[in-house]
Amino acid sequence: MAECHPVGFQWVMEAKNRGAKIIHVDPRFTRTSALAHEHVGLRAGSDIAFLGGLINYVLSNGKEFRDYVVAYTNAGAILREDFADTEDLDGLFSGFNPETGEYDVESWAYEGGSDETLEHPRCVFQVLKRHYARYTPEVVADICGVSPEQFLDVAEAITANSGRRRTTAWVYSVGWTHHTVGVQYIRAASILQLLLGNIGRPGGGILALRGHASIQGSTDIPTLFNILPGYIPMPHAHQHLDLDMFVGLDAGKTGFWGNMRSYVVSLLKAWWGEHATAENDFRFDHLPRLTGDHGTYQTVYNQLSGKCKGYFLAGENPAVGSANGKLQRLGMANLDWLVVRDMQLIESATFWQDGPEIATGELASEEIGTEVFFLPAASHVEKDGSFTNTQRLLQWHHKAVEPPGDARSELWFYYHLGRLIRDKLRDSTDPRDVPLRELTWSYPTHGPTDEPDAESVLAEINGSGPDGPLATFTALADDGSTSCGCWIYCGVYADGHNHAADRVPGAKQDWVASRWAWAWPSNRRILYNRASADPDGNPWSERKRYVWWDAEKGTWISPDVPDFEATKPPDYTPPAGARAQDALSGSDPFIMQADGKAWLFAPAGLTDGPLPTHYEPHESPVDNPLYTQQANPARQTFGGEHNRYNPVANEIYPYVFTTYRLTEHHTAGGMSRGLPYLSELQPEFFCEVSPQLAEETGLEHGGWATIISARTAIEARVLVTERIKPLRVRGRTIHQVGLPYHWGSNGLSTGDSANDLLSVVLDPNVHIQEAKAATCDIRPGRRPRGAALPELVREYQRRAGVEGSEA
Amino acid sequence: MGIRQWVEGWPVYRQLTGADRLGLGAAAQSDRSKRLRARTEDADSVVQSVCPYCAVGCGQRVYVKDGAVSQIEGDPDSPISRGRLCPKGSASKQLVTSPNRVDRVLYRRPYGTEWESLPLDTAMDMIADRVIKTRRETWEDTDENGVRLNRTEGIASLGGATLDNEENYLMKKLYTSLGAVQIENQARI
Repeated sequence: MAECHPVGFQWVMEAKNRGAKIIHVDPRFTRTSALAHEHVGLRAGSDIAFLGGLINYVLSNGKEFRDYVVAYTNAGAILREDFADTEDLDGLFSGFNPETGEYDVESWAYEGGSDETLEHPRCVFQVLKRHYARYTPEVVADICGVSPEQFLDVAEAITANSGRRRTTAWVYSVGWTHHTVGVQYIRAASILQLLLGNIGRPGGGILALRGHASIQGSTDIPTLFNILPGYIPMPHAHQHLDLDMFVGLDAGKTGFWGNMRSYVVSLLKAWWGEHATAENDFRFDHLPRLTGDHGTYQTVYNQLSGKCKGYFLAGENPAVGSANGKLQRLGMANLDWLVVRDMQLIESATFWQDGPEIATGELASEEIGTEVFFLPAASHVEKDGSFTNTQRLLQWHHKAVEPPGDARSELWFYYHLGRLIRDKLRDSTDPRDVPLRELTWSYPTHGPTDEPDAESVLAEINGSGPDGPLATFTALADDGSTSCGCWIYCGVYADGHNHAADRVPGAKQDWVASRWAWAWPSNRRILYNRASADPDGNPWSERKRYVWWDAEKGTWISPDVPDFEATKPPDYTPPAGARAQDALSGSDPFIMQADGKAWLFAPAGLTDGPLPTHYEPHESPVDNPLYTQQANPARQTFGGEHNRYNPVANEIYPYVFTTYRLTEHHTAGGMSRGLPYLSELQPEFFCEVSPQLAEETGLEHGGWATIISARTAIEARVLVTERIKPLRVRGRTIHQVGLPYHWGSNGLSTGDSANDLLSVVLDPNVHIQEAKAATCDIRPGRRPRGAALPELVREYQRRAGVEGSEA
Repeated sequence: MGIRQWVEGWPVYRQLTGADRLGLGAAAQSDRSKRLRARTEDADSVVQSVCPYCAVGCGQRVYVKDGAVSQIEGDPDSPISRGRLCPKGSASKQLVTSPNRVDRVLYRRPYGTEWESLPLDTAMDMIADRVIKTRRETWEDTDENGVRLNRTEGIASLGGATLDNEENYLMKKLYTSLGAVQIENQARI
């Protein structure tokens, strides 16, 4: 956190100064570790074993926050008799189909009923206890390489610091998500935090630190294939034949998703305006349909096969930032056309001219048919607009100057591109063009470049009804009388005022600082904060007072906006037949869940298991001591001669490597390697190795190393450092190599790309690549040049017996 | 210069006799540094902004002089960052003024070996034509069983996490109306 989110880390230091214990769990020793009380250096890819060990410690020592767990989680829910755990099936849950590699999730559902004593052998709490019983300190040590003593230190610290009077927070980043079990990492942390009562309370939570200025915003208003604004799913061709089926299948009948029809209809009204009517399903059929995974890696395979012919890059540099850069570049070399919008000539714009494959002779410029348009982009000071930060805060940034030359905002580019396309199709009679022709696409423009008015777009996102801008999403209707571009953002433009631009200085507010910018939903700063009070509505303790029920006034009180219906009393019991939020009781804080409870066990929503369990990374130096099942059975693998995998426990690729970031650079380098200050601060690509590994392989500090996987070989300067320690795992010494991934061939600071070493192998829930744990070899000296480079890679493949299809 | 002025000009004297006993401020200041002025002082305007790098969302103040950005500082009013910026945020003026920044449209024709120049309007028109053409050629009305698809897998897009909410909104809205489904950003990596 000190490394990649340094200014956020000041609050960790504030907590430390007030007596908080800071523990840093990371394969890497960083500037965070240096300031923490304790650094737990574990093996990359072993975190579920570590978290599972903590869960087991809580459960086997009775350290759970029992009142919280009973009232606010699904601990008491009874599971079906035909549910079988990984402990019963040697690493598989019930329902796995080995032919498709997918689970039938039916047996994970609740049987019905709940046992508040948590004693029923098939209740979630008992299933959880049995599932994690084997995650003892010794097993943790065997898998993670963390000593039982250090593990117990952590376990005692977090349990002592949780309960009525205290809370513990977990902070994570892509070190947890870049795995074939990435979603289950986060689930494991959720289970632990729920057992300890650390969700919805001040000082608690599982806090995702995200790496781009508006990566949260671009998830909420998604440039993502599988969702529409506000986490409404994209319709699926076979399941969602019309609006009724769409809403009926995906809406919870209870909880706030019970209003999904209002959210969807209001979105369709925002997009197709007067053309969207009750008679035509509000133009639901204008939405394109999904049939499976249409994620970025599947797109690359579609480019390689020729199916995908045109590609827009808007501020992203996949040639450096995505796993297996060669696949990315080969995909782009097979397009008809490519539009790159950026401020600098990133590697994804110049692959046809000076990419690594040009140097090896695998590609030649004059044989690449891709037509490339580079359009310069405006910077954040050259346009108005809002970013959503990692804590869901929409913050407006004001335009300071005009963009130079041809540089334009994305708002300008997409508005005018849409305008041109609509203009060219205005006389079309093709039914395919109707969604475009009926689209609401009229925004006021101003200034010398005809820049669209960003606030008018924000107003559309906020939504409006017969009386003008809406104040909150509960005002949305399903009859077509309201429109709203993103229901969770409804209220940011309440009363026609841009609340994202609210700027009451922090020093002139209370500590919640509600009048600085605007948080979704409804300006709530801590989600599910009803859980900070007990079921009767009293704070769990004075020390952790945040939201409480005032019986006299008949309302919830908080320095924040309560994440609960303001006047629903704690003793509210839903009448029979109640729906949506009315079906949740006054003591159900998790209002987006159909049952109002937080889920220790996930009966639905996941593709690879209702409970996290330890699987080895796809590429691992060791076997899985828990099961015959080595890795996540539902993980997504891909073929092709350029995406071969290193075999498990293979002596040709004996070392673990992990990729990461440095304070002085930003992701794939497009916003940092062209800057003189930052390039001077971190001028060169390097690898971190332990003195023992340097000794074993003959690496010299300051010299060169070549790092090799079944994909490619790259070179880096060697940093021999005790920050990296060899670990004892499965009775062996395991070495890890650390690789910052910022570099490429363009800019002021250049070097090989660490991500070129990675394969494409994905988490099956979210299609995210396993970038944080893979295997490699490392040896002294620079890598070969020209055709000798792919020859070296093939030689390693042959020696390792790497098999792979040529398709 | 009188002897009194000379003595008072001596930093150690000022440190011993003045309020700045640690010699970290006024006592150590030279005549030259006293005359120095921050370039933020004579800015024509200043606007509140947000750091464009990670998602912490530190407040920035952007100072403008003669139509150009003259300095970017941390915003002390921000309850998130309290005026601080990290090395990247502190360097963000160079993101705007970097000599490597490209501000003209560049065009590489199929099988070309060099960039060429192209007017922005022409580029926009050509891109609109290519979107329409590729969409037509790759359109899928239904799957093999006649189930509605209403889409194209011929056009894809990547990126959004560095951009504004309003920009992501127009992107998703336009692409969806075009039937393009392979819309992705950095959240996937």
